[in-house]
Amino acid sequence: MLKAHQAQVASIIPFSWVDGPGNRFVLFLQGCNFNCLACHNPQTIPLHTPRARVMGVPEVLDDIRAAMPYISGITVSGGEATVQHEFLLELFEEIKRLPEFAHLTTFIDSNGNAPEYIWESLAPFTDGVMLDLKALDDASHIALTGSSNEVVLESIKFLDSINKLFEVRLLLVPGQNDSDEELIKTAVWLKGINPDMKIKINAFKSHGVRAAARDWPEVGESDLIRYRSIFD
Amino acid sequence: MTSLEDIRSMVTNPKFTYRQRVAGLANLAENLLDPPAVRKQCSDALSSRIICDMYEGSAPYRPRYLLPDYKKVLVNGSKFLELPPAKDLDDALAFLLIMYSATPSITGYPVYFGDLDTLLLPYVEGIVDEELYAKMKRFWISLDRMFPDAFAHTNLSPVYNRVSKMILKLERELLQVVPNISLKVDPVLTSDEYILDAVKTVFECGKPHFINDVMMQSDLGPDYAAVSCYNSLKIGGGSHTLVRINLKATVDATEGGVEPFLATTLPYYLDLTAELMESRILYLVEESHFFESNWLIAEGLLELDRFSAMFGIFGLAEAVNILMAREGSEGTYGHSSIADDLGYRITSFISAWVAERKMPYCKANNGYAFLHSQSGIDLDIGVTAGTRIPIGTEPSLISHLNTVARHHHLFQSGISDVLSFDDTAVKNPQAVVDVIRGAFKSGMRDFTFNLDSNDFIRITGYLVRKSDLAKMPSARHSSTYLGAGSVADSHVDQRIVKRVTSAESSPSTSS
Repeated sequence: MLKAHQAQVASIIPFSWVDGPGNRFVLFLQGCNFNCLACHNPQTIPLHTPRARVMGVPEVLDDIRAAMPYISGITVSGGEATVQHEFLLELFEEIKRLPEFAHLTTFIDSNGNAPEYIWESLAPFTDGVMLDLKALDDASHIALTGSSNEVVLESIKFLDSINKLFEVRLLLVPGQNDSDEELIKTAVWLKGINPDMKIKINAFKSHGVRAAARDWPEVGESDLIRYRSIFD
Repeated sequence: MTSLEDIRSMVTNPKFTYRQRVAGLANLAENLLDPPAVRKQCSDALSSRIICDMYEGSAPYRPRYLLPDYKKVLVNGSKFLELPPAKDLDDALAFLLIMYSATPSITGYPVYFGDLDTLLLPYVEGIVDEELYAKMKRFWISLDRMFPDAFAHTNLSPVYNRVSKMILKLERELLQVVPNISLKVDPVLTSDEYILDAVKTVFECGKPHFINDVMMQSDLGPDYAAVSCYNSLKIGGGSHTLVRINLKATVDATEGGVEPFLATTLPYYLDLTAELMESRILYLVEESHFFESNWLIAEGLLELDRFSAMFGIFGLAEAVNILMAREGSEGTYGHSSIADDLGYRITSFISAWVAERKMPYCKANNGYAFLHSQSGIDLDIGVTAGTRIPIGTEPSLISHLNTVARHHHLFQSGISDVLSFDDTAVKNPQAVVDVIRGAFKSGMRDFTFNLDSNDFIRITGYLVRKSDLAKMPSARHSSTYLGAGSVADSHVDQRIVKRVTSAESSPSTSS
């Protein structure tokens, strides 16, 4: 049984340049409530695994301290960060409460599959959420992740309404979710919520994915040009 | 000692330009003279290269590095040069080029061009951007073509201004080797916007270095500059000489572990290094008549009291690794806290030793030499520059910084670690700004990085262009010859590139 406010941690990276603004400390929590075929790190999907490290908030703060002079903030990723939302809340509360950490920004990298009450609890202590939208079309979403996107779409609307949505990330897989029709619909839907919505395109790479997705084509230069022409 | 054959081959060598041959001949002629006298154990240590005079020449007749007070001469004019005070930007730019051509140094080219943004700011009022661009561009091209040596160095002040902005823009456009540049970073005065502009300039051309203005001012006072590679010295003064000790060779010279090394071997060779340095300073000041005759002294643009000398060390990593093995300890420099602690014990010991050894004509540091982490010359093989981590074994960025940062405060006259970044940095330049600010908070003096993918390689502290190396054996910049040697022998082109997380290595579901 997981103790209260202790986390199953998949890994920690003291410096990251690809998980939000500036140089960031990144905590990867174990466990995800999607089961994406295109997942690059499927070993982080189960919540319990002998590879995970159990850590309390004070231990994580110690690790942040070692990187502190060099970082803009901390990003919690996963797995899916919100699966362990009670721990996440306590961690961010502490960072915002303790003066030595107060200058750090707090970001969450999420699949969006969390109900509104979780976002409401986290919002006062969270500076931004980077949210993945795997597909706008629900059938495609179910095919890619094993789940409906209903909650994800609600999360995007809610986080945008409270000014906490830093960016929406689209992981595009050729032939799976990248048709012109679907991309145009996605662009229209996102810009309809907020015309200034920051949209980041992530290109599918087969490295690390499971057998079912290993033969999917990777995103090429011409795909990227096409994607950009739709979203820019 | 120079032979007739040395002279003949210098005169007839087709790979050298006319000026490179003249400089080479001067050096050969100087080496016909006997070097300043030292004890036999000192000359033995020199000939076995445990200690090294950087091949400065047998009869020092000008200080190795000198930093004329350009601000003063622009305001006062110069009798020697028959120039009145500069009245406008054209005057100032022409005046400076004339000054550089009349400034001696160890390389034959000036190692310091002044803090050019500060020097030129008083003259740019009323000049529109287009005009400033045209005038500065001609000047900037002149620097590279007239002084083709990558050790010629300018500094930028901590406050972003029109001139520094223009300089960075020209750097990105012209992609020149000359000048080397250091940006003085103050935690408050220097804006993120300015550092970002400079970081984006590094992406294009490997320049500038970033230096810790607070630490520099506390060691050297407000009037200092980084010159040549990354050598921090006082403006209006400089360094008589640079002598260095090869720490690996001192360890190799005797058996035994850490304690006998620190108690006996190291002090013995430090003493010989100091003796060599002292003999050269005395010759320069008392025999060569430089300080009595040079016009820069006569016009108050240089003062003997603002000079000291540089006591260099290198090969710390190998010294530590050999001593660790002799002690039966696991771990190497950059990869073990025990090894890193030993490294710091050695540099702290040397720092304390140098701070107690009186040195003549070194009033800039109250009668002592300045410690310097010397980053090598093209002839060093199998010995790592200064206190750096050996090329090809560099750890992750945070470990790298943690290993090297603590040495920086000890080396008043310069220390540098060259970090190599991949294109991840280009997509997130703010991250580099964060790391630079963090490095200074953690006590680093100098932060130097380059992008693996551009045309420039940072050798020790100077740059060469990969495209120029491809054109060897001939080169317009004399420093490119040295760079070619370092690429061939020390593999400075093989630094481990920091890729600060990637889709492939981080357990992220996205990106």
